[in-house]
Amino acid sequence: MAVSKVQKKKKAFSILGNVYAVIIYAILYIPVAVMMMFSFNDQRYNYYWNGFTTKWYGKLFENSALIGSLWYSLIIAVLATLISVLIGTIGALGLKRFEFKGRKFINNMLYIPIIVPEIVLAVALLIIFLNIGTALGMGTILIGHCTFCIPYAIVTIKGRISGDDNSLEEASMDLGANRIQTFIRVTLPSIMPGVMSAAFLSFTLSIDDVVMSNMLAGAKQSTLPVLILSMNKAGVTPDVNALTTIMILVIVAAMILNNIIKSALKKRQNKEVAI
Amino acid sequence: MSKKLDDNSDLKQIGKKRDVKRKTLPALAMAGPVSLWMILFVTIPMLFIIYISFMSRGVFGDVVYKFSGESYQTLMDATYFKVILKSLRVAVFTTVLCLLVGYPFAYYIARKPKETAAKLIMLIMIPFWTNSLMRLNSWLLVFQTNGPVNSFLQWTGMTDGPITFVYTDGLVVLGMITNMLPFAVLPMYSSIEKLNKSFLEASADLGANGATTFRKITLPLTFPGIFSSIILVFIPTLGIYTVSDMLGGGKVLYIGNIIKNQFGSIRNWPLGAALSVLLIVITMLLIFLYTRFASIEDMEVV
Repeated sequence: MAVSKVQKKKKAFSILGNVYAVIIYAILYIPVAVMMMFSFNDQRYNYYWNGFTTKWYGKLFENSALIGSLWYSLIIAVLATLISVLIGTIGALGLKRFEFKGRKFINNMLYIPIIVPEIVLAVALLIIFLNIGTALGMGTILIGHCTFCIPYAIVTIKGRISGDDNSLEEASMDLGANRIQTFIRVTLPSIMPGVMSAAFLSFTLSIDDVVMSNMLAGAKQSTLPVLILSMNKAGVTPDVNALTTIMILVIVAAMILNNIIKSALKKRQNKEVAI
Repeated sequence: MSKKLDDNSDLKQIGKKRDVKRKTLPALAMAGPVSLWMILFVTIPMLFIIYISFMSRGVFGDVVYKFSGESYQTLMDATYFKVILKSLRVAVFTTVLCLLVGYPFAYYIARKPKETAAKLIMLIMIPFWTNSLMRLNSWLLVFQTNGPVNSFLQWTGMTDGPITFVYTDGLVVLGMITNMLPFAVLPMYSSIEKLNKSFLEASADLGANGATTFRKITLPLTFPGIFSSIILVFIPTLGIYTVSDMLGGGKVLYIGNIIKNQFGSIRNWPLGAALSVLLIVITMLLIFLYTRFASIEDMEVV
């Protein structure tokens, strides 16, 4: 009797848990579903639903402001990812493997862009740029994006580096490989999953960023999120919904591919260890 | 290794030279770029914004480089002080709701087998790769005057006319919570997941009921995770201006909006800098509290 009572209670709890989880996921996914739905809305501005159409998926390519800002965002995101992953990878290794004066200071500095509200760092950079007379534009946005992507990249990659154990690297160098060969053939493969996560994270952070891009943009061209922010008052048009729907599908596909490659790398590593 | 050779100064010299070649150069090459980047684009700008906050505003919106506490005094003015208090209130409210909603959810995921849990976490992340402004815009569409929520409320007869949700603080808070929830769930999930189950069993064996075990064991042991969540939700919420821009229609102003305006149309850099310093101080205070009982490196930021 007592056992069945406990079991009943447990079962009730698990049903309650499932219902709760479904509600939370619904709240997280409703905005995405609504965004996708309104990309098929047959109306000039998205105020209410006016019937189904797929025309926006063609028309979005005629919207030169939209496509222009998309390219601008993509170029910045790709460059920010490359720079952040490059500096982040060697930086993570350097900060983990070497003792030097000021290491603790740099480690603390890395947490500032992650923790302090983005607007603070954005206006701080803006003041510096305006004071030294830098023209605002792609370069300044890129610097802003890298400044928060590098810390995230380092935190992600650092977690992958195995403590102080560099016996594999030492073995490689004892066997006659130089430092660069060792880095490419021994170190890099072992931290590759972390590097890929860092790249993915940097790209998504950069492409979705509003605050830095808004504060550090020049007058001529803005990124896609800044364009959307400026459209807000007049109403966002369905072609933007169509574009962001395509983007989320591409990102999810890339993420799945990323996971497949990661698990393949893991399998290969396991095989090599077995041999 | 080199300690045994200490008495031989020649060997020591050679060792030092080798150390420079073996350690200093690679350290410089690897840690150098990131250090330089952080100093140039984090340390210097942050110090400079503190400096600017103690300057004063010229007649034409320029910065007069003379020490003054003017901007900090302005913050005490009723108009600004009200905004600061309101931002703090909204940030506290958002954080508390994120914790209350997020903790049971994190607990639910943490009790699942590892593989399932990983998938459930992935399911949380996916919506966040959608453009955040477009997700906010969706709430606007759902809650607008002739939108589905209002139609439903009128259809059920709960209200006669449409309720104005759009451009209210309530909708802004909803936007904040849905944007911040993952940052609350992930750190709490990882601390609950690390929780040693045998403690819970021991507590139950010793006669504690579920509530007592939760209060005396689970809650204290997962507190670092909870505190990480507080930091990761509270601080960004305090500074964010995009949510209030998208859902508040320019009528709802928080600290972030005020800072942004000082560097745009209003042009009062020292005041914007002083508000930024306020955010920095609040951040540092919370981080200081956090480091009293947990290492900053344990903070689950990714």
